[in-house]
Amino acid sequence: MTRTEIVAQCRALYEDLDFASVRAWVAAEPGRKAIGYLPVYAPREIIHACGCLPVGVHGGGDQLEIIRGDAYYQSYICHLPRSVVELGLSGRLDSLSGMLFPSTCDVIRNLSGVWQVLKSDLYVRYLDLPQGGDRAAMGAFWTEELRILHRDLARLAGVEVDAERLRASIALYNAVRTLVRALYAARRDRPERVPSEELYLLCRAGEVLPPEEFLVVGRAYLAAVEQDDVQARDNSRVVIVGAFCEQPPLGLIKTLERAGCYIVDDDFVLGNRILTRDVPTTGDPWVELAGALVNDAMKSSIFYEDDPTGKRRLVKERAEAARADGVIFAAPSFCDPALLDRPMLRAGADAAGVPSISFKYAENTGQFQQFREQAGTFSDAIKLWGGR
Amino acid sequence: MLLQKEMIGAHFDRLERAPETGEKVVYTFVPGNLTELIRSFGALPLLPEINALQSGMRQKSRGYIAEAEKLGHSEDVCTYVKCDIGMAKTGNIGPTGTRLPKPDLLLLSYTGCYTFMKWFELLREEYDCPTVFLHVPYQGDGEITPEQREYMVRQLRDTVIPALEQVTGRRYDEDRFKEALRRSGRMEDDLVRVLQSAKRRPSPIDSYFGGVYYIGPIFSSFRGTPEGEEYYRTLREEVDERAALGWGPETPSGRLDRQKYRLVVEGPPNWTSFNDFWKMFSDEGACVVASTYTKVGGTYDLGFRHDAGDPLGTSADYCGGCYTNRNLPGRIDMLVDYVREYAADGFLINSVKSCNSFSAGQLLILREVEKRTGIPGGFIESDLVDPRYFSAANIKNRLESYLQMIDARKAGAAGEVHAK
Ligand code: SF4
Ligand code: SF4
Repeated sequence: MTRTEIVAQCRALYEDLDFASVRAWVAAEPGRKAIGYLPVYAPREIIHACGCLPVGVHGGGDQLEIIRGDAYYQSYICHLPRSVVELGLSGRLDSLSGMLFPSTCDVIRNLSGVWQVLKSDLYVRYLDLPQGGDRAAMGAFWTEELRILHRDLARLAGVEVDAERLRASIALYNAVRTLVRALYAARRDRPERVPSEELYLLCRAGEVLPPEEFLVVGRAYLAAVEQDDVQARDNSRVVIVGAFCEQPPLGLIKTLERAGCYIVDDDFVLGNRILTRDVPTTGDPWVELAGALVNDAMKSSIFYEDDPTGKRRLVKERAEAARADGVIFAAPSFCDPALLDRPMLRAGADAAGVPSISFKYAENTGQFQQFREQAGTFSDAIKLWGGR
Repeated sequence: MLLQKEMIGAHFDRLERAPETGEKVVYTFVPGNLTELIRSFGALPLLPEINALQSGMRQKSRGYIAEAEKLGHSEDVCTYVKCDIGMAKTGNIGPTGTRLPKPDLLLLSYTGCYTFMKWFELLREEYDCPTVFLHVPYQGDGEITPEQREYMVRQLRDTVIPALEQVTGRRYDEDRFKEALRRSGRMEDDLVRVLQSAKRRPSPIDSYFGGVYYIGPIFSSFRGTPEGEEYYRTLREEVDERAALGWGPETPSGRLDRQKYRLVVEGPPNWTSFNDFWKMFSDEGACVVASTYTKVGGTYDLGFRHDAGDPLGTSADYCGGCYTNRNLPGRIDMLVDYVREYAADGFLINSVKSCNSFSAGQLLILREVEKRTGIPGGFIESDLVDPRYFSAANIKNRLESYLQMIDARKAGAAGEVHAK
C-alpha cells in the first residue's frame, strides 16, 4: 500500500458516517459483535478479548445533517451529543450491539441515560473512571469495574471470560500504543513529513479498524513517511490543548497548519494513547490494566489532578517535550472540562513564558477564516519575537 | 424562616471569626456533603454553591461573573463557579456581608457533578490549601453496587478521615459522629413529612420556591446539629398546623389557598429573579407540589435515612443517592412517580444554562414523562445566577401558555401540543 492509498483509505473511513466497514466486519462471520464507545478513554482490550470490535464514536463532524439530534439538546450544550443522537436515531449505529460511555463529563454521563431510554434493547454501560488521589482504592475500584464490563461483554458475545485472551488483547493494544507513539514522535521530530491531517485520519481509522489491521496500515504509513525527504518550512511549532472530546473539523486542523503552524502535539483522539506505558501481560490482566490507568495515564482535563502544582506545570512540560514554540488552546464550545481548565493551564503557560492563543470551535464549524487569521498572526508573532 | 435566618447569620459570624478563634473551615459541596463528619471534628462547613446562590439572590452575581470572565473564564461554563471565583477575587465578602475565611481543607465530594472537580482545582490554585477527594460512583445502572459502596467507605476511612484529623489536629470521634447522625435521621423524618404534606389539597407548602427554604439548613451546614433538629421540628409543627387549617403556602402573591394548578418541577430555580419567578407562578394560582431540586442534597423522601449504626456506610449511601447522582431513567421514574403521587396537573422543567449535570438530557426527560403520564410538560430556560439568561417576558409567556394548555386539557379539549 502506498502512502497515498493509505491516506485515501483512512479518509474514506473517516467520511463514512454509516460505519460500513464495521457493518462489513460484523457481517463477515456469524455471531460477530461490535461495541461502540464515546470519548475519551475506554478499555478496548476488554472488548477485543470478548471477540468484539471496539468502535470509537466521535460525533458526526461537519458532514452530518442534524435532523433529530437538536430536539434532544438545548442550544447551550456542546455539539457532540446531538450528533451522536443523530447517528443513533438515523440507524447509522445499528451495527453496534452495545455502547460504552466513559466519564468524560456530565454530558456524556447523561447521554448514557439517553441511550438507555432510546436504545433499551442494547447493552449500555457508563464507565465511571477512577478519580482522586487514593491510588490503591482507585485501582481496586477500577479493577472491579473492568471485571464487570468483561463479564457483561462476554455474556453478550457468548464467550467465556478468559484471562489468557485478555492478555493477548493487551499485548495487541500495547503494540497499537507503541505505533501511535511512534507516529506522534515522527510528527514531532519531522512535522514536515507527517502532516497533522494525515496523522489525524490515521488515528481516526484506528478507532474503527480491527487493531490487527490498524497495525498493518499504521506501520506501512510510518515506513513510508520515513522515506519522505520533504523540506521543512519556516513554521512555528505548536501544541493543541483542549480538543480531547468533540473533535475539531478536519478543515480546522488543515487550516492551522496552512496558517504556518506545525502541530507537534495534540489532544485529538486522546484515548488511543492515554495509557503512557505498556500494560504488563503477566499477572492479573484486570489489575494490570487498571493499574496502567490509575498510575500512568496521561494528564488530561478529564481526570482530577491531585498534584497541586500539576496544572501549572502541564503546558510547559508538554511544550518542552514537543519542542513547541507555543500553545493553542482549542476547545469545543460549552465544554466544561476544557474551558474550566483553560485559565489554570494558561496561567501556567504565561508564567513559563510559553506563548498561547485560545479559541472555541464546534465539530460542525464551517468557516475557518477567523482561525486562519488568528493562527497566522500567532505564528508570525512567534517567529518575530521568538518562542522558546 | 426567622429561625433559619438567625442560624445562618450565626454560622457566618462564626465563619468570619474563624481565623481568630482557630476553628477550622472545610469547603465542600451540597450533594454528598459530609456535614456530620466535618462537624464531629469541630470544623465548620462552608458551601460555595450556597454562597453563589445567595450572591444571585442579593444581585451580586452579575459583578462576580464579570470579574471571573475578565480573568479568562469562558462565558460558556457553569456560572456558580464563576460567581464564586469572582467573589474570591474581590475580597471574599460572603452573602451576609461578612468576610469569608480561607479554607483549611477543600473536601471535594465528587457527587453527581463533573464540574465540582474543576471548581475545587480552581479554588486550590486560589488558596493553596490541602484538598481531599471522595469519588462517589454514579448510578449508571440505577444502583450503587456493594463494591462501589465499599470503595466509598474505604476512601472515607483511609483518605477523608485522616485528612480531617490532620487539618483539625483531632482524632476521629465516632461517638460524636454517631450522635449527629441520629439527629440527622430525625431531621430527615421531619423534612419528609413537610415535603409530603403537599399531597394534601390545598397543599400547605410550595415544594420548589418555598422548598428551597425548607431544605436550606439540612442541605448546608446544619444537618446533624441541635439547632438543625430544632428548626425541622418547628417547621414540621408549623406546616402541620397550616395543613390542619387548610391554608396554602405564603407566596409573593400572598397566601395561596386557591390552588388552580398543582405542578411538579424539575431543575434548579433561577436565583437572580427568584421572587419575580415565583410570583409568575403564584399570580396564576400555581403551586409546586413536588420538585427534584429539593432532592439534590439527599433523596430522603425515597426512604433514605442516615443510620448511626453504620456511620461510614450510611455516609456512602447518602452520597450515592443524591438526585444528580441518579441516572436519567431514574430521574424520569422519580418525576413520573411525583406526578402520580402528588396528583399533579402538570410538570415543568426549568432548564438552566449553567448546569450540564441537570440540563443535558432534560428534553428527553420531558418526552418520556409526557409519554408515561399522558400529561404535556412545559419547558422554560434560564440560569442560576447569571441574570443575562433570565428573560422575564419570555418565561412568563411560556408559563402562561403552558398553564392555558393545562386549562384546555382540564376542560377536555387537550390538544397534542407541546409547550416548548
Ligand atoms: S465536548 Fe466537552 S462538554 Fe461536550 S461531551 Fe465532550 S467533554 Fe463533554
Ligand atoms: S454544573 Fe450544576 S451541579 Fe455542577 S456546580 Fe454547576 S450548577 Fe452545580
